[in-house]
Amino acid sequence: MLAAELRHPLEKYTREGMIPHIWCTGCGNGIVLNAFLRAIDELGLDMDKLAVISGIGCMGRIAGYINADAFHTTHGRAIPLAFGVKLVRPDLKVVVISGDGDLFAIGGNHFIHAARRNVDMLVICANNFNYGMTGGQVGPTTPLEAFTTTTPYGNIEHPFNLVHLAAAAGAVYVARWTVVHPRRLKESIKKALQKRGFSFIEVISVCTEGFGRRNRLRTAIEFMHWLKRVSVITKRMDPSEAYIGPDRIVVGEFVDIEGKPEYTELLRACIEDVRRRAERGEIRVAL
Amino acid sequence: MERGRLDVLTGVWFTIGDIACAEGAIAAGCRFFAGYPITPASEIMERMAFRLPQVGGVYVQMEDELASMAAVIGASWAGVKAMTATSGPGFSLMQENIGLAVMTETPCVLVNVMRGGPSTGQPTKMGQQDVMQAKWGSHGDYELIALAPSSVQEMFDFTIEAFNYAERYRCPVIVLADETVGHMREKLVIPEPEEIEKRLVSRKKPRVPPGEFAPFMPDPEDLVPPMACFGEGYHFYATGLTHDEWGKVRTDSAEEQFKLVARLCDKIRKNKDKIVKYEALWLDDADVVVVAYGIVSRSARAAVARAREEGIKAGLLRPITIWPFPEELMADVGERAKKVLVAEVNYGQLVREVERRVPWRKVVFLPKLGEKFHTAEELLRAIKTAAR
Repeated sequence: MLAAELRHPLEKYTREGMIPHIWCTGCGNGIVLNAFLRAIDELGLDMDKLAVISGIGCMGRIAGYINADAFHTTHGRAIPLAFGVKLVRPDLKVVVISGDGDLFAIGGNHFIHAARRNVDMLVICANNFNYGMTGGQVGPTTPLEAFTTTTPYGNIEHPFNLVHLAAAAGAVYVARWTVVHPRRLKESIKKALQKRGFSFIEVISVCTEGFGRRNRLRTAIEFMHWLKRVSVITKRMDPSEAYIGPDRIVVGEFVDIEGKPEYTELLRACIEDVRRRAERGEIRVAL
Repeated sequence: MERGRLDVLTGVWFTIGDIACAEGAIAAGCRFFAGYPITPASEIMERMAFRLPQVGGVYVQMEDELASMAAVIGASWAGVKAMTATSGPGFSLMQENIGLAVMTETPCVLVNVMRGGPSTGQPTKMGQQDVMQAKWGSHGDYELIALAPSSVQEMFDFTIEAFNYAERYRCPVIVLADETVGHMREKLVIPEPEEIEKRLVSRKKPRVPPGEFAPFMPDPEDLVPPMACFGEGYHFYATGLTHDEWGKVRTDSAEEQFKLVARLCDKIRKNKDKIVKYEALWLDDADVVVVAYGIVSRSARAAVARAREEGIKAGLLRPITIWPFPEELMADVGERAKKVLVAEVNYGQLVREVERRVPWRKVVFLPKLGEKFHTAEELLRAIKTAAR
């Protein structure tokens, strides 16, 4: 067989010279990347019209692996930077992919405001319950009582429920999956990419090096078995049912709203209206 | 009634510096503004909120200054001239993303209408306390350009100039105004659009097709790379991490780190002759030289003129680009002068830059803080004392 025929079918979507990735053996982020690229492939998305923006941390590196226009921002600022891109180029498909610490601790304010504005953007959060890149510290999604390098006696903080947060802030599409649901995740990404408005997908990811080994999930297999055991799929589209805890993780789609006015459409309509009125001389511009 | 163009409001006006700044930005082709309300810079964003939609531009009020600066970077990479305006506390919040703009070579303009600090300080009073922060506020080694206007007219003119520098050198450019200049009301002359247009500079665009384009490969003559933007098919990767010419992450390489940091600094340092601007008044034979910038330079000009009338050989060196600082001129002038007076509204900032170039025994520092800045009379007294 020729070497060319042995190429991975998704290779054309990855950036030359950037693979292999930096993620640990057993990390779940590769599954998220895979699901994202398959979703793009199946939708036949124009890679020239895709903008991928990420923050800092393990998942922050994903922008570099995708063969589209991509920006690796500062910690927590992926969403506002993506917002700037989207406002200038509303024709582009803008996707933010990052981790739970980046999006919900240091960047939490930007998340709720982007959802509130309902800007057309897909945010995918790989939630691994901790700060993996920096060595496994506690984060805003770390379960109560879990052990991390900075909660050596157990975590005393209550975690965010990201689905509740996204739904309350105004997202028009909200789903949660885990990396043991790769096909459902892919379908969800496809759906979200076709929605007009602020969409959010949480993916519970595997992190053995940072989180698992301190919480009796030493290997990726153990971690995945645990995810399989505790995941419950719901089809009821009710965010109030989106429980997440060590005993049970409810996954599925929780919000799917149509018809909520989208930010860039409102913005363009406003600009066009003002522009017309100004050109007709109906607005006094003098200093 | 014949209506003129909406982007350039040609004519003679009587207005405040903040509004002149907004009009300068629009005349320069700025079509994106992201900001957060803060005294004494809010009038800039209010004017932009009113004016940008009229010319098809995007105005957005963000949730904070961290987001404002991030959105400006995103907008610039989406292909438009973009800016924000703030004051001390907001400027502090923007610092990390100023570093990102430096690292990713993002053309953008930040206006800092300086008030009194530290912290919340004196929000409605003028200050010049962010001079060092403008240069050193973000971490790591870098160079950028900062301009200090002293009048309403200069708020207009220097904002246009700031966009030209930003596009030309692909770096953040700061208009370092002070509250007095931002809020004072005086004459503004806006020229014909054609006159402004011929002064405008735009970023270099890729000259090779996607695939062959290295997004951070500098042109050897000016060390500035052409810029591909979102949605143009180049599939660039921009990162705050150390990267090579192709944008590839090179956190492993001492050579790449040196090469990148040196180039980011050198594209300003080696083009300094084309960047540095100053106003020099009677420096050739000056025994007493006053160094002042922003609104203080106007008192200084009057003081120096009156000193000359009284037979004192006084001169004025007013840095227009605070950064890069006109250091060669400062050194030459300092060598000849007997005394160099530095008048600024802070407790010792640009005076350090002067002391690096002039024997420090010659340097007299005249600090001011709070509502008041140096009057011409005060400076004249200081000149007379120094001339004795």
